[in-house]
Amino acid sequence: MNLMSSKKERIDSLAASVAEVEVAEAGTVKDTGGESLIAGAWRRLRRNPIFLIGLTLTALFVLLAIISPWLAPWDPAAQPLIDKVERQSNPVPGPEPGHPLGGDNRGRDLLSRVLIGSQQTLVVGVVATLIGLSGGLVLGTVAGAFGGWADALVMRVVDVMLSIPGLLLAFSLAALAARPSQWTVIIAIAIVQIPIFARLLRGSMLAQRHSDHVLAARALGVRPSLIVMRHMLPNSMGPVIVQSTLVVATSIIDAAALSFLGLGNPDDRRPEWGQMLGASQQYLNEHPHLAFWPAGCIIVVALGFTLMGESLREALDPKTRR
Amino acid sequence: MLRFVVRRLLQMAGVMIVLSFLIFAWLRSLPGGPVSAILGERATPATRAALEKAFGLDRPIWEQYLLFLDRIAHGNFGASIRVQAGTDALEIFLDRLPGTIELTIFALTIAISIGIPLGYLAARRRATILDNVSIIGSLVGVAVPVFFLAFLLKYVFAVQLGWLPVSGRQTPTIDATHITNFFILDGLITGEYDAAWDAFLHLILPGLALASIPFAIIFRITRASVLEVLDEDYVRTAEAKGLTSRVIRGRHVLRNAMLPVTTVIGLQVGSLLAGAVLTERVFSFRGVGDALAVASTERDYAVLQMLIIAAAAVYVIVNLLVDIAYAIIDPRVRTR
Repeated sequence: MNLMSSKKERIDSLAASVAEVEVAEAGTVKDTGGESLIAGAWRRLRRNPIFLIGLTLTALFVLLAIISPWLAPWDPAAQPLIDKVERQSNPVPGPEPGHPLGGDNRGRDLLSRVLIGSQQTLVVGVVATLIGLSGGLVLGTVAGAFGGWADALVMRVVDVMLSIPGLLLAFSLAALAARPSQWTVIIAIAIVQIPIFARLLRGSMLAQRHSDHVLAARALGVRPSLIVMRHMLPNSMGPVIVQSTLVVATSIIDAAALSFLGLGNPDDRRPEWGQMLGASQQYLNEHPHLAFWPAGCIIVVALGFTLMGESLREALDPKTRR
Repeated sequence: MLRFVVRRLLQMAGVMIVLSFLIFAWLRSLPGGPVSAILGERATPATRAALEKAFGLDRPIWEQYLLFLDRIAHGNFGASIRVQAGTDALEIFLDRLPGTIELTIFALTIAISIGIPLGYLAARRRATILDNVSIIGSLVGVAVPVFFLAFLLKYVFAVQLGWLPVSGRQTPTIDATHITNFFILDGLITGEYDAAWDAFLHLILPGLALASIPFAIIFRITRASVLEVLDEDYVRTAEAKGLTSRVIRGRHVLRNAMLPVTTVIGLQVGSLLAGAVLTERVFSFRGVGDALAVASTERDYAVLQMLIIAAAAVYVIVNLLVDIAYAIIDPRVRTR
């Protein structure tokens, strides 16, 4: 643990920790038998039960998202139980043959919605992460590779964005949408991640600017753009991969929070777990199962990504390897 | 030290200026623009035009920005249309702030008093069952959406078991005098101990839910920090000198390990603010967070604007105070 005095320094320390690995690896080539950073990390991860649990949960989630259309007995937008909703005073139909989890408040089959919900949830998590990552990649590369005034300008903006609590920033961005949709949710969550990725990349870029492999490439007369693309960026990927894994989990949870506040996607024909959880709040006291199924799924998936990300971080951190 | 404080103050001023640009831009891009933000969507064209002129929306953009700063400086954020219709946004904020402060202090106290001892124990007994269970526990804490944890606590302990109140800050029928709006403090001042106790009972469930985020972070930082300090040369030296393990633990390990922990605690204010929005909503706890949640759901932009500015300001100021406190505790920071 370094002396970390703020969020931005925490991010920098993650960037620096991996840069240290690269330096350390370069010096100990003989000791490890020429093993690369990735190979070394993989060797340690293969035997780490926490990583394996995380990987399994994540893989099952992706698999579910792919095969759910074949698993789901009903169309998630169809209302096979609508009669019951309208006829009974009870607005949420309970389990019955053919509908093992019962229905929701609009007579739709809950099991099918939970299964199909994995698709949109995966889309939200991954697309938000990719947008945040690409934005951060551009800003961080510009700042880290050019330095000087470009660095100063980009980093001031990034620091200001980091000075607003992440979830509050997402709330205020989502409130800008005149007509909320899946996209406004994704973009609101993604923008919050851009400064974090930018700072991360800039940190590891700066750490590399004076490292031997960059100096060597420069001495050989390699074009600067090529040095950045071929030499610096690939070497910065370690902390970025760790962060991306964790951000997928955060994005899914944040999307649920936005839905809960009524800033989510109002169109629920293609369900998403966070949206289902947000919509269930008014039925919670009488019908908690409406919340439990999507919430349970979110928790398991977020845990999977978090376990994977944390063990990746540990595997790439030189301090835990002594 | 003075130079450090001045430098930090200048940095903060820079952040505030950029922040004011961003909020101004945000306000202008709200659906319907700033006039709808204040009048609501059902305003007549006549009142719209009048307000547009009053706010100088026909003037150049930089003048509008200065007017915007002027309004903020005078605390003029407009009136609420939904949260408490007709009430001034600033008044709503001030009225609700004490509740959120009570809740946040309570949550932070829980998080600290469990997180630090548990983190310390986990580090001392590394790789034991205690260590692994508490690590996994803290990761699960991160994976559970705060508002769902709040749902769950409310459902089990309030709805099903009936041990604790379901919602609000105080039982409405209770006879309580409010002086400071800190309900527990009020009860203690006026001697209405039952009212204070009632307010405390209302804090427990939302407080526990809110504590889950800072707890996980404080626990993990404490554990990592103690592990690192245990490895330091000065701890080995102290052992070699033959100091008792009690002295080593208290004076050498714990004190040094607490440095990063203090910082992280200060920085939890941001996540607590965001968490308060969600937990206060679940428990209809009349605080700033609940107002923000209602304002964003109902699109009450005057209140939303006020609260976002306040949250950003609080966060930036707390960051500054943390940095200064840190420089006092650890002289090495000043020279950076």
